[in-house]
Amino acid sequence: MATALKAGARFKSAVCDTQVMVIKAPPGEHALQCGGADVIAPTAAGSGTLDAALSGETLIGKRYVNADESVELLCTKGGQGSLVLDGMPMEVKQAKQLPSSD
Amino acid sequence: MNIATILDMAAEAFGDRIGVVCGTQRLSYAELRQAAWNAAVAIKTSGASYVALLDVTSPAAPVALFAAAYAGLPYVPLNYRLTKAEINELVARVSPAYLVTSPDYAKLVDAHAGVTLVDRNAFMSLPAIEGEPPIPGDDPREVAVQLFTSGTTGKPKAAILRHENLSSYIFGTIEFACAEEDDAILVTVPPYHIAGISAVLSSTYACRRMVQLDGFEAGTWLAACRSENVSNAFLVPTMLQRVVDHLAERGESANLPALRALAYGGGKMPLATIQKAMALLPGVDFTNAYGLTETSSTIAVLTPDDHRAAASSTDPAVCRRLGSVGKPGAVEIEIRDDEGKVLGAEEAGLVFVRGPQVSGEYLSLGSQLDAEGWFPTKDRGYLDAEGYLFLDGRSDDVIVRGGENISPGEIEDVLLGHAAVADVAVVAMPDEQWGEAVAAAIVLKPGAVVPVAELQELVKARLRSSRVPQKIIFKDALPYNETGKVLRRVIRQEFASA
Repeated sequence: MATALKAGARFKSAVCDTQVMVIKAPPGEHALQCGGADVIAPTAAGSGTLDAALSGETLIGKRYVNADESVELLCTKGGQGSLVLDGMPMEVKQAKQLPSSD
Repeated sequence: MNIATILDMAAEAFGDRIGVVCGTQRLSYAELRQAAWNAAVAIKTSGASYVALLDVTSPAAPVALFAAAYAGLPYVPLNYRLTKAEINELVARVSPAYLVTSPDYAKLVDAHAGVTLVDRNAFMSLPAIEGEPPIPGDDPREVAVQLFTSGTTGKPKAAILRHENLSSYIFGTIEFACAEEDDAILVTVPPYHIAGISAVLSSTYACRRMVQLDGFEAGTWLAACRSENVSNAFLVPTMLQRVVDHLAERGESANLPALRALAYGGGKMPLATIQKAMALLPGVDFTNAYGLTETSSTIAVLTPDDHRAAASSTDPAVCRRLGSVGKPGAVEIEIRDDEGKVLGAEEAGLVFVRGPQVSGEYLSLGSQLDAEGWFPTKDRGYLDAEGYLFLDGRSDDVIVRGGENISPGEIEDVLLGHAAVADVAVVAMPDEQWGEAVAAAIVLKPGAVVPVAELQELVKARLRSSRVPQKIIFKDALPYNETGKVLRRVIRQEFASA
């Protein structure tokens, strides 16, 4: 199922504990899945089972991007499922970490 | 996008870790979130449009910041050092407000219709919420924080920081939970300063324990560093100067074995101060952070490696970087001349900045960004060939003498090089012939005496005759604000009325 990804929007996995927030995304619809199932609204009830082939884990605090980094998600709660956008696995993006300044 | 997510994540991943320490009060991240939830419900019930804080630093500051985010309202920490009349003018501008305060400051607030005064202790012991916790909004354009700038002229401007500005700064520059279990940061900046806001957000996202001091005194600061095993600290230049003086006066060794990183910013750091501090604390990583309220805090950093390279190099181009604010962080920086032309390396002009953390926006005045998204910082400066930014004062402080732009900074640096000079501020004074002339207020070291002509001759020899202060006055001390910025406006008035 395709969904519009708006900056700030939150989703959760239907089949594991993973929760994500959209940091940035271009206009248009995308298919976002976690653990092999379409993500759902944060308040919706999950259903289904985790696909073992897509259980590479999503880690809290990591940012996930697609190949051209046009879509960026922040994992706000970790879970067993891995993120797939439009059929392609998402990769971890490193923060441009600055020395602690405040 | 909502800054409440920052606390949600810390409470989710490290709920048992201590988030904030103030005196005998200690709150874990889970307790901090519970307090923010409880407060958010009370705030919503009050019908307020703003969550304001009029108080020194305490755990109520982070709770109010996050509670406002859960409640979907702007958080407005007010400067408690303002006069009663100024405070009431600002309170009226944020009414209807839920105003958290303590007895010392509550008595400064007149009765305003629509303002709910809440005592800090009551705010921290609100009844626990029943049922589901509040769900923060997801609109990144909502206003998270509104800060009244000090405003050297006219009414204070209300700078707006949206959730997207603060979130992109935090998510883009800090690795979640990067702090070690025992790490702690000592926070001495007041809650109404942008550095006070970013300290809360950065520390929470790093899951680093915040140790709060409700004022600054060098001895107390050193004692807190030792007793709380503080690993990180942020100081404004005046505070670092006082720490250095305190240690020097007592012939005391620093004895801060846990301290790893010391960041400074908020004003110009005298070269001698940072050199002495590096010598006193050889194991500490120093970071110079340059930022503005309108840019959600830090936009450029001089890293610990930059500090060490500058201190040990024989290359003058590398050595002088100890006086720079480093390279851009998660933003772009460019220098333009007065006509808007982009300048090259080593060419001084106006500093412009662009990036998602830059709000550049004031309530009622609107966005100050140009069509391409650049914000005029009103700071003057230049970049070197490798992109290190050197600042050269505020554009408002430039002295225009007979059509020639003169920057006070270069004259101050020369005068500070004189053995008898402890502190100096160079400002414009009205002049019939030139329009404006150069004037200097100087503080001499204890017992020192130096003729005005000797100081004038020094500037003439090192710079040129147009830079020579036409008038020099000697003072016991210069006026500073609480974050270490010299109040040039006050000095200018003194020369203008002389």
